[in-house]
Formats: sequence, structure tokens, C-alpha cells
Amino acid sequence: MIAQPFQYEAPATLQDAIGLLQKYGDEAKILAGGHSLIPMMKLRFATPGYLIDINNIPGLSSIQEENGFIRIGALVREAEVEHSALLTGHYPIFADSTRLIADPQVRNMGTIGGNLAHGDAANDHPAVMLALRARVVATGPKGSRTIAIDDFFQGFYTTALEPEEILTEIQIPIPPGHTGSAYYKLERKVGDYAIAGVAVVLTLDGNLVKSIGIGLTNVNPVPMRASRSEEFLLGKPLTDENLAQAGKLAAEDCSPSTDLRGSEEYKRDMVAVVLRRMVKLAAERAK
Amino acid sequence: MKINVTVNGTAHEVEVEARTLLVHMIREILNLTGTHIGCDTSSCGACTILLNGKSVKSCTVLAVQANGKSITTIEGLATAEGLHPLQEGFKENHGLHCGFCTPGMILRASELLANNPNPTEEQIRWGISGNLCRCTGYNNIVKSIQYAAAKMRGDALPSTEPVFV
Repeated sequence: MIAQPFQYEAPATLQDAIGLLQKYGDEAKILAGGHSLIPMMKLRFATPGYLIDINNIPGLSSIQEENGFIRIGALVREAEVEHSALLTGHYPIFADSTRLIADPQVRNMGTIGGNLAHGDAANDHPAVMLALRARVVATGPKGSRTIAIDDFFQGFYTTALEPEEILTEIQIPIPPGHTGSAYYKLERKVGDYAIAGVAVVLTLDGNLVKSIGIGLTNVNPVPMRASRSEEFLLGKPLTDENLAQAGKLAAEDCSPSTDLRGSEEYKRDMVAVVLRRMVKLAAERAK
Repeated sequence: MKINVTVNGTAHEVEVEARTLLVHMIREILNLTGTHIGCDTSSCGACTILLNGKSVKSCTVLAVQANGKSITTIEGLATAEGLHPLQEGFKENHGLHCGFCTPGMILRASELLANNPNPTEEQIRWGISGNLCRCTGYNNIVKSIQYAAAKMRGDALPSTEPVFV
């Protein structure tokens, strides 16, 4: 399958890339790893007139710790996330989630920035970033701005990025002590999208939940925070009863659709099951 | 567009359309048909090649993205001294039946062994999870990779008796 013809640009600087976005407007798409965009172009679901390859732009591929945050460049590959001691050391959720994204070859190309900017609720990093309360940096003609992850996902394949902006960085707070994190997605086979996935990041104070973030994968049209589950668990011990109630709330609040991966009912049930397991695992890791 | 690529050690200047897929450039312009097209949707791994040493699915990479980079295909593995240890491993261990997935399996395994010279069976199975084989049931593919790993480390070679489960 061959994409519709397009003009290819490979700017060497961020300024040039933004200039091209200003020139071509919504006719242009950014090419990072290309492993969501190129398949969509081959199927002609996406038919951009201009493809702006940002891979030659320096400075977008590092993972650094600075001022209480881990800063991840938008072009960091999933394979690099998977094997980053800095990321997986602070947050084992990165090891959990990245190894479940597609397969090794796809992870060699796919980028963490593209995974988010695609705005697909079936991707795994949106739920992880919601749980981590990450911030996204968007750079455009007027400079850079920081977007809280809760404001980033706005609709079906729609994000807060303006047509002239490029997602350049993701910032994640360094966790306080007694923080644990975990991710799992139920999938039919390696590399598939989730039947249901749950990301959990929590901090314990003794046996009580001091703070918690829970994100859900592929059970809602938009990447979703399980807000009522978070609020319910805050300040409580993680008893089986409390975990069951938290799972039940998320299962009620999400909005999965029946498809070849399972019925709506089954997916809601699996949200509850995976949520309980991931909260438990994150709590074990927090000790 | 004109792009410059080094394929199996030889520099080429190639004329491609922006939309030309890397796998089509390799097969149809450079006539290296050892790289196969299976699913054409980045699921099966038959089109796996090495791009600057990293295994990628060449049906989901544009040829223009390879500009200035080096590519290794299955044709680039054997040397004047003989087969690559992975090729020998697959040959000796019944690692293939029809052979369609084999080039992709071998290129993927070559990056796996470059990163991890002594992988466990579990690591091998995860490592080739992006490559589908519809003939072998995978057991003899895993064995072929274990054989190649031993050979590349200089260890004693494991038995090549086929595995039946």
C-alpha cells in the first residue's frame, strides 16, 4: 500500500520546522517515528500534503533530570524509554508499559512524543502520563508553553497542540519517597492495542494513600483519568474492600465500546480487575 | 528526490518518490529481494532490516527517512568465510520451513544478540515477538538463535536435534 503523494521536508532546526507549519497550516503533518502516521497514510486515512520530518532537529532526543523533573525529549524512542535506568529507576511503570507497546522493531522507531501527540486513547503512554501527572511542552512561533496533561487530550485524536506547534518535551516530577507505579494492559496477543489497560502511580504514608494517579487505556474515546477512584482511595488504607470499590468506580466511569476485542461489559469488568491488581503492585513497590 | 544510502557496505545514490517505502526501494530499485513483504502493516516482521544497526520494519519506513543512513539486509550477512552464525544456526536447527519469515527473523535476532549476547529463552521469545512464523511453531527458531549465540560467544555448540513438542 502506497500513500497519496506528498511533499517531504526535513528541516534542520526547530525554527525552520515551525516556519513550515506556519506556511502549510493544517495541510502539514509532523513525522517523528511514523509508526502511527505512516500506516494511516498507507491506508489513506491520513492524506497530508506536506510531511515535516523532525528527526534531523538536534536536542529532542535526551532524557535528563533537572529542577525536580525528568525531562524527556519528544524524539526519545520507545526502546530508549524501555532501557533508561533514570526513568525505570524512578518509575518502574515505564518498564511495565513500554515492553507492552507493539514489538521491538516498532519500539526502535516509535517516539514517546508521537505516542502522545497522536492523541489516541488506544496508545499506552497517555494513561501513563495521566497517572504521573506529567506536563507537555509545546513549541510554536511565540516560543514554548507548558500544558498540564489533564488539559492536553481534548477529544478523539485531538490534543491541545495548535496547528503551528510541535510537542518538544515531556516533563515528569521526580517522585517523593514511598512512591510506587505499575502498568498492565490486557491484550489478545503481543503488540495489540489494549482490551483494557490501567496505569497507577501512588505515594503511601504508612499504610494510607497520600496521593494517587490512575489512567485508563482504550476504554474511553479520550485518554481518561479515573478521578472518582483516585478521590475514593485518597487517605484510605488499601484493603480488599477499598480496592474493589475503586475498581467498580472506574468500571462505571469509563466508556468502552464493544468490538473485536470484547464486549463493553467484559471491558468494564477488566478495568476493575486490572485496576485492583495495579494499585496493589504499585503499593508493593512503594514500600 | 535523490537520497544517499549505504546498503550492505556499498554506497548508492537512489532516486525515489517521497512516498516510496523503504522496502520497495530495497526490493525494486536495488533488486535485493531477500527482504520480504508479508503483511504490509508492520505486524509480521518479514520486511525487517537493520537501519543504522537497529532492526526496523521497512514497510513502515519511508525511503527518504533512510537518507544518509546505513542499511543491512539478509544479503549483507554472509562473508567470504561463509554463512553468518545466525544463518548457520537456522540451517542446522530446522529454523525454517518455507523460509518466508527467515530474513526478518535473522535480522531481528542479529540486533537482539548484539544487545544481549547470552539471552535466556524468554528474552529470545520476547525479542522476536514482532516476527511471525506460520510453519515452525517457533521452537526451532529459538534453538537456532541459541545456537548462533553460543557460536558468536565461542561457547560449545548445543545439539542440533530438532525439538518436537
